[in-house]
Amino acid sequence: MPKYLLLKHYRGGPEAHRPVPPMDQWAPEDVEAHMTFLHHVAEVLAERGEYVGAEALTPARTWVRYGGPGAAPVTTEGPHPETSDLVAGWYMIDVESHERALEIAAYVSSEPGPGGEPLYEWIDVREVMTAPASGA
Amino acid sequence: MDEGALRALVPAVLAGLVRRGEDFAAAEDALQEALLEALRVWPDQPPENPRAWLSAVATRRLIDARRSEAARRSREDRLHERREPEPLSTETGDDTLFLLFCCCHPDLPPAAQVALTLRAVGGLTTRQIADACYVPEATMAQRISRAKRSLRGRRLTEPGDLAVVLRVLYLVYTTGHAGRVDLAAEAIRLARQLTLATEEPEARGLLALMLLNHARLPARLDEQGRIVTLDRQDRGRWDTREIAEGVRVLQSALALERPGRYQIEAAIAALHDDAASSAETDWPQILAWYDDLVALTDDPVHQDPAAVLGRAVAVGHVLGPAAGLRETERLREVLGDRHRWHAVRGHLHELAGDLPAAGAAYAEAAHRATDVGERDHLIRQAARARSSTHRDPGEPGPTDTGIEPLG
Repeated sequence: MPKYLLLKHYRGGPEAHRPVPPMDQWAPEDVEAHMTFLHHVAEVLAERGEYVGAEALTPARTWVRYGGPGAAPVTTEGPHPETSDLVAGWYMIDVESHERALEIAAYVSSEPGPGGEPLYEWIDVREVMTAPASGA
Repeated sequence: MDEGALRALVPAVLAGLVRRGEDFAAAEDALQEALLEALRVWPDQPPENPRAWLSAVATRRLIDARRSEAARRSREDRLHERREPEPLSTETGDDTLFLLFCCCHPDLPPAAQVALTLRAVGGLTTRQIADACYVPEATMAQRISRAKRSLRGRRLTEPGDLAVVLRVLYLVYTTGHAGRVDLAAEAIRLARQLTLATEEPEARGLLALMLLNHARLPARLDEQGRIVTLDRQDRGRWDTREIAEGVRVLQSALALERPGRYQIEAAIAALHDDAASSAETDWPQILAWYDDLVALTDDPVHQDPAAVLGRAVAVGHVLGPAAGLRETERLREVLGDRHRWHAVRGHLHELAGDLPAAGAAYAEAAHRATDVGERDHLIRQAARARSSTHRDPGEPGPTDTGIEPLG
């Protein structure tokens, strides 16, 4: 079965279908509904045997590169342009088909936002390449 | 014999092997194999003397391992590696302390100290340790074998550094309670063993601190797994037996009149545990203990900022939120980028009734949180503060930061 990574973003991606303020500015009951839904998604995936993992990332980002022989690594901590993509987290799923991956992503995207209305968040669906066969 | 009783034999058997002159790493491997065999064989053939059985089987493994080693290595190499056998000790308490000193060798990185302690003293399997630390089993196996490799050839007989041991045990405690293995309970078990081996009051202080915090664990999360702040916890769900033991251990430590940071933190935890309701919390006395805590270092802002931050909360409750906020200002340069600093300020702003400022501070804290549970909690706090422009007098009062006093 192919594995897919469903990426959620703090920012970036196609133009938002429904722009919303940051979650800390929502009504408390909307925050609650949103969080409950995301737990529910993980439970459904686990129950169906499709769940591989899920992780959240903090928004702090450091770019780093080799600094050259004997030199310290070179880092840049921004500020980054507001348009650059910033991944917020992901679900890793193991599913029958690409269609099923899209179906799950769309379900995630239906997560409730302010006023209980769906967020219509864009989810970035990426297929994971299988590792090369090895003798190990 | 259950797994717990089996694991309790680990320190004595391993220490016996190492004291006899066996290499620590090889002895630890051999004992792990013996433990696996015990789990397989004992249900049908229970041994007369479990400890002697484990020691004999581990010794057999060591001999087997040496034989195959001998095939590869020259006699000269082996002679070089031989060490003088150490005199046998008669006290089992010593075994635990001796092994903790081995596993908490100051040259090892903290993650390795934790892993090795859990395996060699706690008797946990690599799989259990991996689960508890949320890394793949192969990763943990590698971490343990690297740690053991770097201990090879070191003399493990000199007295170790008890301060490092205490720090490692506290790290085990804070590493988590969420996995399939309750590391907090394991840390308490190890600390209890440690207090049997040393009179050092800080060892008892650490045990007391763990007990007094662990006692509140059943009330810290609700059914949905959400963080419940100290002031809203159902105090009926606190473990009174653990609190009583913690207080007893703390009193016996304080009686020795050699205070230290674990005893002081335990005293603060005891005052929280002692309050029948959050309103009855004895903040003046908590502040007095924090004064002692920050006095332990010359430059607490840089050497112990967590203590200064905890003290700022106490100042906020005793002298008023404005004074507490002023205290946090001293930490802006050191902790200004950490979620706890913003969470504490959110709490103090809320105490002062400044809900917009509280909401903004909680949102800043959420933005910097590194734990999903805490992040979600802080987002809730921000949303709640921002949505209630005026507080209904019937509503619960300001909540605490959701962070244990010194967490």
